Amino acid sequence: MSGSDLTRRTAAELAQALADGETSSVEVTQAHLDRIAEVDGAVHAFLHVDTDGALEQARAADARRAAGSPASALDGVPIAVKDVLATEGLPTTCGSRILEGWLPPYDATVVDRLRRAGLPILGKTNMDEFAMGSSTEHSAYGTTHNPWDLDRIPGGSGGGSAAAVAAFEAPIALGTDTGGSIRQPGAVTGTVGAKPTYGGVSRHGLIALANSLDQVGPVTRTVLDAALLHELVGGHDPLDSTSIDQPVPAVVAAAKEGATGDMSGVRIGVVKELSGEGYQSGVLARFEECVQVLVEAGAEVVEVSCPTFVHALATYYLILPAEASSNLAKFDGMRYGLRVYPEGIDLPSAEETMRATRDKGFGDEVKRRIILGTYALSSGYYDAYYGQAQKVRTLISRDFEAAFAQADVLVSPTAPTTAFKIGEKVDDPLAMYLNDLATIPANLAGVPGISVPSGLADEDGLPAGFQVLAPAMADDRVYKVGAALEALLKDRWGGRLLDRAPELNGAAR
Amino acid sequence: MPDITRDEVAHLADLARIDLSDAELDHLAPQLAVILDSIASISEVAAGDVPPTSHPLPLTNVFREDVVTPSLTAEQALAGAPEVEEQRFSVPRILGEEQ
Repeated sequence: MSGSDLTRRTAAELAQALADGETSSVEVTQAHLDRIAEVDGAVHAFLHVDTDGALEQARAADARRAAGSPASALDGVPIAVKDVLATEGLPTTCGSRILEGWLPPYDATVVDRLRRAGLPILGKTNMDEFAMGSSTEHSAYGTTHNPWDLDRIPGGSGGGSAAAVAAFEAPIALGTDTGGSIRQPGAVTGTVGAKPTYGGVSRHGLIALANSLDQVGPVTRTVLDAALLHELVGGHDPLDSTSIDQPVPAVVAAAKEGATGDMSGVRIGVVKELSGEGYQSGVLARFEECVQVLVEAGAEVVEVSCPTFVHALATYYLILPAEASSNLAKFDGMRYGLRVYPEGIDLPSAEETMRATRDKGFGDEVKRRIILGTYALSSGYYDAYYGQAQKVRTLISRDFEAAFAQADVLVSPTAPTTAFKIGEKVDDPLAMYLNDLATIPANLAGVPGISVPSGLADEDGLPAGFQVLAPAMADDRVYKVGAALEALLKDRWGGRLLDRAPELNGAAR
Repeated sequence: MPDITRDEVAHLADLARIDLSDAELDHLAPQLAVILDSIASISEVAAGDVPPTSHPLPLTNVFREDVVTPSLTAEQALAGAPEVEEQRFSVPRILGEEQ
């Protein structure tokens, strides 16, 4: 089997090939490392590639397979990890200068679970600094390019993970989703991204952006791969006191059931507030087609209204900066990371050093949000902003509850537009924030969601996404509906959407 | 919602312990004003008697047994420190000269 065949395969297919002895983990891992060497100069999905470590882990996986004792179904299938997750001995920067060169002394729980399951870690993927952004342009280490059009953004904050998977540099990756950072990059790169129920996957070792919103999840090319990765990393972790002490929903079984394409008995709620103004016509056209495809497969469609969703963006941009400004206080140049002494001061104090370090170490967007959060939490404004946002958050959860009384799942376009040009919105924060219009409500309420490719928008030929949301701990529903749509569209298209992405072979930049 | 002035941004940066240059203040202040203006709608939502949500899960008081478990060694904990002295984090002076 040639290397390019191996990089085109899904994680499920690779696992089967490894189990059948058709290939080895070393072969599979090397094929992906070769692909990274070939195309990542143009895509820049990776901040760090761990060639030696990945091959060493692959050799160990092959030894376990040879001994007849694989560590998991995915033993030997390589993976990429977003740079916001702590990896022992591997650089972890969060896309920020303030953590340049930092080697964590411990693994995030999800990374530990990958290692125990035998998945070789190819490297760390690019992201907006501290996950603040929707384009990866806020990375301190350069922008990631969308494999569909290298002049365009791959989404964000997890654009690196999505681009790595879309460019066949990794079969699967881990991402994190605070306001859409898994789902929106999935939409604009023609890949699959799932945000589990809040608390469904451990956050220990995930360098927090906003604790009450962050969630780790899978970034893949197929719904089944997402489900396999979700089950592998999900479940209770005593090191994360917000992790749910219940079994992981049966998402793999749900993805397999959905792939039969039978949607009879499923009630789908189209959220009135998540379409229309601000949404690109080609994105809406693909969305409406997808709804129709599900109806033809037996689903019942109802329109639901979630009136408070129109305030979700405002709520999010008060709660998130408030939490982020508190979280990022720990980057003070004292115990780890960058330390910069101020210029022109003899014997500077700790506080003066802190100010200089944070000025040099943080980029513009991080500074904007820290200041916004400090404002929202400052006396005199706390009740009017942060307190009010917390109340509106309750109203948004109530909207979800009411909607889920009428429908099993809710659906919408994942992102309002297809990928925009690099540089177009980088200094227009508000325009950037609008990318997360449809994904933010799920984070505020803690409910699970998935984005699957809906097709290419007519006006620009770029991918769009279809979002499915379900009640907390009903993650299986988003996988079932997502897998059904994926299977039905694959039949219609005569292949996968990514088959239509341009070849990047030897693309130099 | 009141507008945010350049002086206020400077004060907030001070509270957040970030040295901002004049150029950064000129750049950030109007952007923050635009963002604040766009989120002003939140105050119009009638939510007086609605309980606040600080967290999406109904979890309270998660306890564990009070037992010692393995953790980082001192060397590991200090491995990323900008400066180390006698197995401790070495930091710049904390007090002012007059204190």
